[in-house]
Amino acid sequence: MFLASVTTAGEAGPGWPEALPLLPHPAEIIVGLVAFGILYWIYKTKVVPKMEELYEQRAAAIEGGMKQAEEAQAQAQAALEQYQAQLKDARTEANKIREDAREQGASIVSEMRGQAQAEASRITESAKRQIDAERQQAVVQLRQEVGTLSTSLASKIVGESLDDEVRQKGIVDRFLAELEAGDVKREKVGSAAESGQDA
Amino acid sequence: MSLSVLSAQTVGALVTSGDGGSFEAPSVGDFFWPVIGGDSNWALTRPAVVLLISVAILGWFYMTVAGRLSLVPSKRQWVAEQGYDFVRNTIARDIIGAKDFKPFLPMLFTIFTMILFNNLMGIFPFVQYPTMSRIAFPIVLTAIVYITYHAVALKRKHGVIGYLKSLVPPGLPLWLRPIMFVLEFITYFFIRPLTLALRLFGNMMAGHMMLLVFILGGEYLLVHGGLGLKLAGVAAFAFSILMTFFELLVEFLQAFIFTLLSALYISDAVSEHH
Repeated sequence: MFLASVTTAGEAGPGWPEALPLLPHPAEIIVGLVAFGILYWIYKTKVVPKMEELYEQRAAAIEGGMKQAEEAQAQAQAALEQYQAQLKDARTEANKIREDAREQGASIVSEMRGQAQAEASRITESAKRQIDAERQQAVVQLRQEVGTLSTSLASKIVGESLDDEVRQKGIVDRFLAELEAGDVKREKVGSAAESGQDA
Repeated sequence: MSLSVLSAQTVGALVTSGDGGSFEAPSVGDFFWPVIGGDSNWALTRPAVVLLISVAILGWFYMTVAGRLSLVPSKRQWVAEQGYDFVRNTIARDIIGAKDFKPFLPMLFTIFTMILFNNLMGIFPFVQYPTMSRIAFPIVLTAIVYITYHAVALKRKHGVIGYLKSLVPPGLPLWLRPIMFVLEFITYFFIRPLTLALRLFGNMMAGHMMLLVFILGGEYLLVHGGLGLKLAGVAAFAFSILMTFFELLVEFLQAFIFTLLSALYISDAVSEHH
Protein backbone atom coordinates (compact mmCIF):
# COMPACT_ATOMS: atom_id res chain seq x y z
CA MET A 1 0.00 0.00 0.00
CA PHE A 2 2.73 2.38 0.94
CA LEU A 3 4.72 1.12 -2.01
CA ALA A 4 1.74 1.85 -4.26
CA SER A 5 1.35 5.36 -3.02
CA VAL A 6 5.08 5.99 -3.41
CA THR A 7 5.17 4.80 -7.01
CA THR A 8 2.04 6.66 -8.01
CA ALA A 9 3.35 9.85 -6.55
CA GLY A 10 6.50 9.70 -8.63
CA GLU A 11 5.31 8.72 -12.08
CA ALA A 12 2.87 10.05 -14.61
CA GLY A 13 1.37 6.88 -16.13
CA PRO A 14 -2.13 6.04 -17.33
CA GLY A 15 -3.33 6.54 -13.79
CA TRP A 16 -4.03 2.95 -12.68
CA PRO A 17 -4.21 3.67 -8.96
CA GLU A 18 -6.97 6.20 -9.52
CA ALA A 19 -8.73 4.17 -12.21
CA LEU A 20 -12.04 2.44 -11.52
CA PRO A 21 -11.50 -0.99 -9.97
CA LEU A 22 -13.73 -2.38 -12.72
CA LEU A 23 -11.16 -1.60 -15.41
CA PRO A 24 -9.06 -4.68 -16.14
CA HIS A 25 -5.31 -4.16 -16.23
CA PRO A 26 -3.95 -5.46 -19.57
CA ALA A 27 -0.85 -7.14 -18.14
CA GLU A 28 -2.95 -8.87 -15.52
CA ILE A 29 -5.27 -10.22 -18.22
CA ILE A 30 -2.29 -11.67 -20.06
CA VAL A 31 -0.81 -13.13 -16.89
CA GLY A 32 -4.21 -14.53 -16.00
CA LEU A 33 -4.59 -16.21 -19.39
CA VAL A 34 -1.06 -17.61 -19.27
CA ALA A 35 -1.51 -18.85 -15.71
CA PHE A 36 -4.80 -20.51 -16.55
CA GLY A 37 -3.30 -22.04 -19.69
CA ILE A 38 -0.35 -23.53 -17.84
CA LEU A 39 -2.43 -24.97 -15.01
CA TYR A 40 -5.05 -26.25 -17.44
CA TRP A 41 -2.39 -27.96 -19.54
CA ILE A 42 -0.80 -29.55 -16.48
CA TYR A 43 -4.16 -30.84 -15.23
CA LYS A 44 -5.36 -32.01 -18.63
CA THR A 45 -2.22 -33.93 -19.59
CA LYS A 46 -0.72 -35.02 -16.30
CA VAL A 47 -3.28 -35.00 -13.52
CA VAL A 48 -6.84 -35.69 -14.67
CA PRO A 49 -6.06 -38.76 -16.85
CA LYS A 50 -4.11 -40.37 -14.01
CA MET A 51 -6.77 -39.55 -11.47
CA GLU A 52 -9.47 -41.00 -13.73
CA GLU A 53 -7.34 -44.09 -14.23
CA LEU A 54 -7.07 -44.41 -10.48
CA TYR A 55 -10.85 -44.12 -10.13
CA GLU A 56 -11.33 -46.88 -12.69
CA GLN A 57 -8.72 -49.07 -11.04
CA ARG A 58 -10.30 -48.51 -7.67
CA ALA A 59 -13.74 -49.37 -8.99
CA ALA A 60 -12.33 -52.46 -10.70
CA ALA A 61 -10.49 -53.44 -7.53
CA ILE A 62 -13.63 -53.12 -5.46
CA GLU A 63 -15.70 -55.07 -7.99
CA GLY A 64 -12.96 -57.68 -8.33
CA GLY A 65 -12.72 -57.97 -4.57
CA MET A 66 -16.45 -58.51 -4.31
CA LYS A 67 -16.34 -61.15 -7.02
CA GLN A 68 -13.44 -62.86 -5.29
CA ALA A 69 -15.25 -62.81 -2.00
CA GLU A 70 -18.30 -64.35 -3.65
CA GLU A 71 -16.20 -67.08 -5.19
CA ALA A 72 -14.50 -67.78 -1.88
CA GLN A 73 -17.88 -68.00 -0.20
CA ALA A 74 -19.15 -70.43 -2.82
CA GLN A 75 -16.02 -72.52 -2.40
CA ALA A 76 -16.41 -72.53 1.34
CA GLN A 77 -20.05 -73.58 0.97
CA ALA A 78 -19.11 -76.42 -1.37
CA ALA A 79 -16.37 -77.56 1.00
CA LEU A 80 -18.80 -77.48 3.91
CA GLU A 81 -21.32 -79.57 2.00
CA GLN A 82 -18.61 -82.02 1.02
CA TYR A 83 -17.44 -82.31 4.61
CA GLN A 84 -20.96 -82.83 5.84
CA ALA A 85 -21.53 -85.56 3.25
CA GLN A 86 -18.27 -87.18 4.21
CA LEU A 87 -19.15 -86.96 7.86
CA LYS A 88 -22.50 -88.56 7.19
CA ASP A 89 -20.84 -91.38 5.22
CA ALA A 90 -18.32 -91.89 7.96
CA ARG A 91 -21.08 -92.02 10.56
CA THR A 92 -23.08 -94.62 8.63
CA GLU A 93 -19.95 -96.64 8.07
CA ALA A 94 -19.08 -96.48 11.75
CA ASN A 95 -22.62 -97.58 12.61
CA LYS A 96 -22.33 -100.44 10.18
CA ILE A 97 -19.00 -101.51 11.58
CA ARG A 98 -20.34 -101.35 15.12
CA GLU A 99 -23.37 -103.39 14.12
CA ASP A 100 -21.19 -105.97 12.37
CA ALA A 101 -18.91 -106.16 15.35
CA ARG A 102 -21.83 -106.69 17.67
CA GLU A 103 -23.23 -109.45 15.50
CA GLN A 104 -19.84 -111.01 15.16
CA GLY A 105 -19.31 -110.81 18.90
CA ALA A 106 -22.67 -112.37 19.58
CA SER A 107 -22.01 -115.21 17.19
CA ILE A 108 -18.57 -115.75 18.66
CA VAL A 109 -20.03 -115.82 22.15
CA SER A 110 -22.75 -118.30 21.17
CA GLU A 111 -20.25 -120.42 19.32
CA MET A 112 -17.94 -120.42 22.28
CA ARG A 113 -20.83 -121.24 24.56
CA GLY A 114 -21.77 -124.20 22.33
CA GLN A 115 -18.20 -125.37 22.29
CA ALA A 116 -17.91 -125.04 26.03
CA GLN A 117 -21.15 -126.91 26.56
CA ALA A 118 -20.04 -129.67 24.24
CA GLU A 119 -16.73 -129.85 26.02
CA ALA A 120 -18.42 -129.91 29.38
CA SER A 121 -20.80 -132.65 28.38
CA ARG A 122 -17.93 -134.56 26.85
CA ILE A 123 -15.93 -134.24 30.04
CA THR A 124 -18.91 -135.28 32.15
CA GLU A 125 -19.54 -138.20 29.86
CA SER A 126 -15.98 -139.42 30.01
CA ALA A 127 -15.86 -138.94 33.76
CA LYS A 128 -19.03 -140.93 34.11
CA ARG A 129 -17.63 -143.64 31.92
CA GLN A 130 -14.42 -143.70 33.85
CA ILE A 131 -16.33 -143.92 37.10
CA ASP A 132 -18.42 -146.77 35.74
CA ALA A 133 -15.31 -148.57 34.65
CA GLU A 134 -13.65 -148.02 37.98
CA ARG A 135 -16.71 -149.19 39.80
CA GLN A 136 -16.85 -152.28 37.69
CA GLN A 137 -13.22 -152.91 38.45
CA ALA A 138 -13.83 -152.32 42.10
CA VAL A 139 -16.75 -154.73 42.04
CA VAL A 140 -14.64 -157.38 40.41
CA GLN A 141 -11.77 -156.79 42.80
CA LEU A 142 -14.08 -156.78 45.78
CA ARG A 143 -15.68 -159.92 44.65
CA GLN A 144 -12.29 -161.55 44.56
CA GLU A 145 -11.22 -160.13 47.85
CA VAL A 146 -14.49 -160.98 49.54
CA GLY A 147 -14.07 -164.50 48.31
CA THR A 148 -10.55 -164.75 49.62
CA LEU A 149 -11.40 -163.09 52.88
CA SER A 150 -14.49 -165.10 53.45
CA THR A 151 -12.65 -168.29 52.54
CA SER A 152 -9.84 -167.59 54.90
CA LEU A 153 -12.34 -166.61 57.55
CA ALA A 154 -14.36 -169.64 56.94
CA SER A 155 -11.29 -171.86 57.03
CA LYS A 156 -10.31 -170.32 60.26
CA ILE A 157 -13.75 -170.87 61.66
CA VAL A 158 -14.20 -174.29 60.22
CA GLY A 159 -10.67 -175.24 60.79
CA GLU A 160 -10.28 -177.06 57.67
CA SER A 161 -8.72 -176.09 54.47
CA LEU A 162 -10.85 -175.32 51.68
CA ASP A 163 -8.03 -174.99 49.33
CA ASP A 164 -9.48 -177.09 46.81
CA GLU A 165 -9.99 -174.71 44.00
CA VAL A 166 -13.06 -176.06 42.52
CA ARG A 167 -14.93 -176.37 45.69
CA GLN A 168 -13.82 -173.17 46.94
CA LYS A 169 -14.99 -171.38 43.81
CA GLY A 170 -18.24 -173.18 43.86
CA ILE A 171 -18.93 -172.25 47.45
CA VAL A 172 -18.03 -168.64 46.96
CA ASP A 173 -20.09 -168.30 43.82
CA ARG A 174 -23.04 -169.83 45.45
CA PHE A 175 -22.69 -167.58 48.40
CA LEU A 176 -22.53 -164.59 46.24
CA ALA A 177 -25.47 -165.64 44.19
CA GLU A 178 -27.43 -166.03 47.37
CA LEU A 179 -26.19 -162.72 48.48
CA GLU A 180 -27.43 -161.11 45.32
CA ALA A 181 -30.68 -162.87 45.49
CA GLY A 182 -31.14 -161.34 48.95
CA ASP A 183 -31.35 -164.64 50.80
CA VAL A 184 -28.49 -163.91 53.06
CA LYS A 185 -28.97 -161.59 55.98
CA ARG A 186 -27.12 -158.36 55.68
CA GLU A 187 -25.72 -158.41 59.17
CA LYS A 188 -23.43 -161.23 58.41
CA VAL A 189 -21.43 -160.16 55.45
CA GLY A 190 -23.29 -156.83 54.83
CA SER A 191 -20.33 -154.46 54.87
CA ALA A 192 -18.56 -156.17 51.98
CA ALA A 193 -21.70 -156.62 49.85
CA GLU A 194 -22.85 -153.04 50.48
CA SER A 195 -19.59 -151.41 49.54
CA GLY A 196 -19.53 -153.35 46.33
CA GLN A 197 -23.01 -152.27 45.32
CA ASP A 198 -22.80 -148.62 46.24
CA ALA A 199 -19.53 -147.80 44.54
CA MET B 1 -18.58 -2.68 0.43
CA SER B 2 -20.95 -0.08 1.70
CA LEU B 3 -20.32 -1.22 5.25
CA SER B 4 -16.59 -0.87 4.83
CA VAL B 5 -16.89 2.56 3.29
CA LEU B 6 -19.19 3.64 6.08
CA SER B 7 -16.86 2.37 8.77
CA ALA B 8 -13.94 4.03 7.04
CA GLN B 9 -15.79 7.35 7.08
CA THR B 10 -16.81 6.95 10.69
CA VAL B 11 -13.29 6.10 11.70
CA GLY B 12 -12.01 9.10 9.76
CA ALA B 13 -14.59 11.36 11.37
CA LEU B 14 -13.81 10.03 14.84
CA VAL B 15 -10.13 10.51 14.34
CA THR B 16 -10.36 13.98 12.90
CA SER B 17 -12.63 15.08 15.70
CA GLY B 18 -10.33 13.34 18.20
CA ASP B 19 -6.95 14.94 17.83
CA GLY B 20 -6.94 16.68 14.49
CA GLY B 21 -4.57 14.25 12.70
CA SER B 22 -5.76 13.05 9.29
CA PHE B 23 -6.55 9.42 8.63
CA GLU B 24 -6.21 8.28 5.07
CA ALA B 25 -8.82 5.56 4.66
CA PRO B 26 -7.87 2.65 2.40
CA SER B 27 -9.18 3.12 -1.12
CA VAL B 28 -9.44 1.12 -4.30
CA GLY B 29 -6.17 2.65 -5.42
CA ASP B 30 -4.41 0.58 -2.77
CA PHE B 31 -5.26 -2.53 -4.77
CA PHE B 32 -3.03 -1.52 -7.66
CA TRP B 33 0.34 -2.74 -6.53
CA PRO B 34 2.97 -2.94 -9.24
CA VAL B 35 6.16 -4.90 -8.58
CA ILE B 36 7.92 -3.98 -11.84
CA GLY B 37 6.86 -1.25 -14.26
CA GLY B 38 5.11 1.26 -12.02
CA ASP B 39 1.98 2.91 -13.32
CA SER B 40 1.97 1.32 -16.74
CA ASN B 41 -0.39 -0.88 -18.74
CA TRP B 42 2.28 -3.60 -18.84
CA ALA B 43 3.43 -3.51 -15.25
CA LEU B 44 3.94 -6.80 -13.48
CA THR B 45 1.65 -6.46 -10.49
CA ARG B 46 1.80 -8.22 -7.17
CA PRO B 47 -1.41 -10.26 -7.74
CA ALA B 48 -0.02 -11.42 -11.08
CA VAL B 49 3.09 -12.69 -9.28
CA VAL B 50 0.93 -14.38 -6.65
CA LEU B 51 -1.13 -16.01 -9.40
CA LEU B 52 1.96 -17.34 -11.17
CA ILE B 53 3.35 -18.68 -7.88
CA SER B 54 0.00 -20.33 -7.17
CA VAL B 55 0.11 -22.03 -10.57
CA ALA B 56 3.62 -23.26 -9.84
CA ILE B 57 2.64 -24.63 -6.42
CA LEU B 58 -0.63 -26.22 -7.58
CA GLY B 59 0.96 -27.68 -10.69
CA TRP B 60 3.89 -29.07 -8.74
CA PHE B 61 1.65 -30.49 -6.01
CA TYR B 62 -0.79 -32.25 -8.31
CA MET B 63 1.90 -33.44 -10.74
CA THR B 64 3.94 -35.05 -7.98
CA VAL B 65 0.84 -36.64 -6.48
CA ALA B 66 -0.39 -37.90 -9.85
CA GLY B 67 3.10 -39.28 -10.56
CA ARG B 68 2.75 -41.93 -7.90
CA LEU B 69 -0.87 -42.69 -7.27
CA SER B 70 -1.81 -45.81 -5.39
CA LEU B 71 -5.14 -47.48 -4.75
CA VAL B 72 -4.64 -47.00 -1.04
CA PRO B 73 -3.81 -43.29 -0.77
CA SER B 74 -0.97 -41.79 1.23
CA LYS B 75 -1.66 -38.72 3.36
CA ARG B 76 -0.63 -36.37 0.55
CA GLN B 77 -2.63 -38.24 -2.04
CA TRP B 78 -5.62 -38.21 0.28
CA VAL B 79 -5.47 -34.42 0.53
CA ALA B 80 -5.09 -34.09 -3.24
CA GLU B 81 -7.95 -36.53 -3.78
CA GLN B 82 -10.29 -34.61 -1.49
CA GLY B 83 -10.02 -31.54 -3.72
CA TYR B 84 -10.27 -33.53 -6.91
CA ASP B 85 -13.15 -35.59 -5.58
CA PHE B 86 -15.05 -32.47 -4.55
CA VAL B 87 -14.81 -30.94 -8.02
CA ARG B 88 -15.31 -34.21 -9.84
CA ASN B 89 -18.22 -35.74 -7.95
CA THR B 90 -19.89 -32.95 -6.02
CA ILE B 91 -19.70 -30.30 -8.73
CA ALA B 92 -19.03 -31.73 -12.19
CA ARG B 93 -20.73 -35.12 -12.10
CA ASP B 94 -23.76 -34.09 -10.07
CA ILE B 95 -24.48 -31.02 -12.17
CA ILE B 96 -23.33 -31.82 -15.70
CA GLY B 97 -24.32 -35.47 -15.45
CA ALA B 98 -22.32 -38.69 -15.46
CA LYS B 99 -22.47 -38.92 -19.26
CA ASP B 100 -20.85 -35.61 -20.22
CA PHE B 101 -18.83 -34.30 -17.31
CA LYS B 102 -15.43 -35.79 -18.08
CA PRO B 103 -14.24 -33.42 -20.86
CA PHE B 104 -14.87 -30.43 -18.59
CA LEU B 105 -13.04 -31.81 -15.57
CA PRO B 106 -9.65 -30.20 -16.29
CA MET B 107 -11.25 -26.80 -16.82
CA LEU B 108 -13.45 -26.92 -13.72
CA PHE B 109 -10.63 -28.28 -11.62
CA THR B 110 -8.29 -25.53 -12.83
CA ILE B 111 -10.90 -22.89 -12.02
CA PHE B 112 -11.63 -24.29 -8.57
CA THR B 113 -8.05 -24.81 -7.40
CA MET B 114 -6.86 -21.52 -8.87
CA ILE B 115 -9.61 -19.45 -7.28
CA LEU B 116 -9.45 -21.26 -3.94
CA PHE B 117 -5.67 -20.98 -3.66
CA ASN B 118 -5.60 -17.32 -4.65
CA ASN B 119 -8.52 -16.49 -2.39
CA LEU B 120 -6.78 -18.13 0.53
CA MET B 121 -3.78 -15.95 -0.27
CA GLY B 122 -6.01 -13.07 0.84
CA ILE B 123 -5.47 -14.06 4.49
CA PHE B 124 -2.24 -16.03 4.13
CA PRO B 125 0.43 -14.34 6.26
CA PHE B 126 2.91 -12.14 4.33
CA VAL B 127 0.90 -12.40 1.11
CA GLN B 128 -2.47 -11.13 2.37
CA TYR B 129 -3.69 -10.09 -1.01
CA PRO B 130 -6.64 -11.77 -2.74
CA THR B 131 -5.66 -12.07 -6.38
CA MET B 132 -9.27 -12.06 -7.50
CA SER B 133 -9.81 -8.58 -6.09
CA ARG B 134 -8.25 -7.40 -9.34
CA ILE B 135 -11.04 -7.55 -11.92
CA ALA B 136 -8.75 -8.75 -14.71
CA PHE B 137 -8.47 -12.26 -13.24
CA PRO B 138 -12.19 -12.92 -12.74
CA ILE B 139 -12.73 -11.54 -16.26
CA VAL B 140 -10.20 -14.02 -17.69
CA LEU B 141 -11.81 -16.97 -15.90
CA THR B 142 -15.30 -15.84 -16.84
CA ALA B 143 -14.28 -15.37 -20.47
CA ILE B 144 -12.99 -18.94 -20.57
CA VAL B 145 -16.21 -20.29 -19.08
CA TYR B 146 -18.27 -18.04 -21.39
CA ILE B 147 -16.52 -19.20 -24.55
CA THR B 148 -16.68 -22.81 -23.40
CA TYR B 149 -20.39 -22.95 -22.70
CA HIS B 150 -21.32 -21.10 -25.86
CA ALA B 151 -19.06 -23.29 -28.00
CA VAL B 152 -20.48 -26.45 -26.46
CA ALA B 153 -24.04 -25.21 -26.93
CA LEU B 154 -23.42 -24.32 -30.57
CA LYS B 155 -22.04 -27.79 -31.17
CA ARG B 156 -24.74 -29.63 -29.24
CA LYS B 157 -27.70 -27.62 -30.52
CA HIS B 158 -26.81 -27.70 -34.20
CA GLY B 159 -25.53 -24.21 -34.95
CA VAL B 160 -26.58 -20.67 -34.21
CA ILE B 161 -30.25 -21.07 -35.20
CA GLY B 162 -30.69 -24.21 -33.11
CA TYR B 163 -28.99 -22.54 -30.16
CA LEU B 164 -31.15 -19.43 -30.35
CA LYS B 165 -34.26 -21.57 -30.73
CA SER B 166 -33.32 -23.62 -27.69
CA LEU B 167 -33.26 -20.47 -25.56
CA VAL B 168 -37.07 -20.38 -25.51
CA PRO B 169 -38.50 -23.14 -23.37
CA PRO B 170 -40.97 -25.33 -25.29
CA GLY B 171 -44.70 -25.16 -24.68
CA LEU B 172 -45.04 -21.39 -24.24
CA PRO B 173 -47.94 -19.44 -25.76
CA LEU B 174 -47.00 -17.63 -28.94
CA TRP B 175 -47.20 -14.09 -27.56
CA LEU B 176 -44.88 -14.96 -24.67
CA ARG B 177 -42.13 -16.33 -26.86
CA PRO B 178 -40.48 -13.07 -27.99
CA ILE B 179 -40.39 -11.72 -24.44
CA MET B 180 -38.95 -14.97 -23.15
CA PHE B 181 -36.42 -15.00 -25.94
CA VAL B 182 -35.17 -11.51 -25.11
CA LEU B 183 -34.97 -12.33 -21.40
CA GLU B 184 -33.14 -15.60 -21.97
CA PHE B 185 -30.82 -14.03 -24.52
CA ILE B 186 -29.84 -11.28 -22.10
CA THR B 187 -29.37 -13.85 -19.34
CA TYR B 188 -27.21 -16.18 -21.40
CA PHE B 189 -25.11 -13.59 -23.18
CA PHE B 190 -24.79 -10.69 -20.73
CA ILE B 191 -26.05 -11.29 -17.21
CA ARG B 192 -24.40 -14.62 -16.60
CA PRO B 193 -20.83 -13.56 -17.45
CA LEU B 194 -21.28 -10.22 -15.74
CA THR B 195 -22.52 -11.68 -12.47
CA LEU B 196 -20.01 -14.51 -12.56
CA ALA B 197 -17.05 -12.12 -12.79
CA LEU B 198 -18.43 -9.38 -10.55
CA ARG B 199 -19.51 -11.73 -7.76
CA LEU B 200 -16.03 -13.10 -7.32
CA PHE B 201 -14.33 -9.75 -7.74
CA GLY B 202 -16.74 -7.90 -5.46
CA ASN B 203 -16.59 -10.42 -2.65
CA MET B 204 -12.82 -10.57 -2.64
CA MET B 205 -12.32 -6.83 -2.93
CA ALA B 206 -14.93 -5.90 -0.34
CA GLY B 207 -13.71 -8.50 2.11
CA HIS B 208 -10.15 -7.34 1.80
CA MET B 209 -11.15 -3.70 2.03
CA MET B 210 -13.02 -4.45 5.23
CA LEU B 211 -9.97 -6.11 6.76
CA LEU B 212 -7.85 -3.15 5.67
CA VAL B 213 -10.21 -0.69 7.28
CA PHE B 214 -10.30 -2.56 10.56
CA ILE B 215 -6.56 -3.11 10.72
CA LEU B 216 -5.39 0.31 9.46
CA GLY B 217 -8.09 2.13 11.37
CA GLY B 218 -7.30 0.16 14.52
CA GLU B 219 -3.62 0.96 14.11
CA TYR B 220 -4.36 4.65 13.65
CA LEU B 221 -6.62 4.69 16.69
CA LEU B 222 -4.01 2.97 18.83
CA VAL B 223 -1.23 5.29 17.77
CA HIS B 224 -3.01 8.62 17.62
CA GLY B 225 -6.18 8.27 19.69
CA GLY B 226 -6.90 9.03 23.33
CA LEU B 227 -7.61 6.34 25.96
CA GLY B 228 -11.14 5.63 24.76
CA LEU B 229 -10.05 5.52 21.13
CA LYS B 230 -7.17 3.20 22.00
CA LEU B 231 -9.72 0.78 23.45
CA ALA B 232 -11.74 1.16 20.24
CA GLY B 233 -8.54 0.37 18.31
CA VAL B 234 -8.10 -2.84 20.32
CA ALA B 235 -11.72 -3.70 19.55
CA ALA B 236 -11.08 -3.02 15.86
CA PHE B 237 -8.11 -5.39 15.89
CA ALA B 238 -10.17 -8.07 17.63
CA PHE B 239 -12.89 -7.62 15.07
CA SER B 240 -10.39 -7.85 12.23
CA ILE B 241 -9.37 -11.28 13.55
CA LEU B 242 -13.01 -12.34 13.61
CA MET B 243 -13.47 -10.99 10.10
CA THR B 244 -10.42 -12.94 8.96
CA PHE B 245 -12.19 -16.17 9.88
CA PHE B 246 -15.29 -14.91 8.15
CA GLU B 247 -13.12 -14.21 5.09
CA LEU B 248 -11.88 -17.79 5.16
CA LEU B 249 -15.47 -18.95 4.78
CA VAL B 250 -16.21 -16.43 2.02
CA GLU B 251 -13.05 -17.37 0.13
CA PHE B 252 -13.95 -21.03 0.05
CA LEU B 253 -17.57 -20.25 -0.75
CA GLN B 254 -16.68 -18.01 -3.69
CA ALA B 255 -14.38 -20.61 -5.21
CA PHE B 256 -17.16 -23.17 -4.82
CA ILE B 257 -19.86 -20.88 -6.26
CA PHE B 258 -17.79 -19.85 -9.26
CA THR B 259 -17.04 -23.48 -10.14
CA LEU B 260 -20.60 -24.55 -9.42
CA LEU B 261 -22.09 -21.89 -11.68
CA SER B 262 -19.58 -22.68 -14.43
CA ALA B 263 -20.69 -26.29 -14.26
CA LEU B 264 -24.32 -25.19 -14.26
CA TYR B 265 -23.86 -23.09 -17.40
CA ILE B 266 -22.05 -25.95 -19.11
CA SER B 267 -24.80 -28.37 -18.11
CA ASP B 268 -27.34 -26.00 -19.71
CA ALA B 269 -25.29 -26.10 -22.89
CA VAL B 270 -24.92 -29.86 -22.80
CA SER B 271 -28.54 -30.72 -22.03
CA GLU B 272 -30.83 -31.60 -24.93
CA HIS B 273 -33.74 -29.30 -24.25
CA HIS B 274 -33.53 -25.67 -23.22
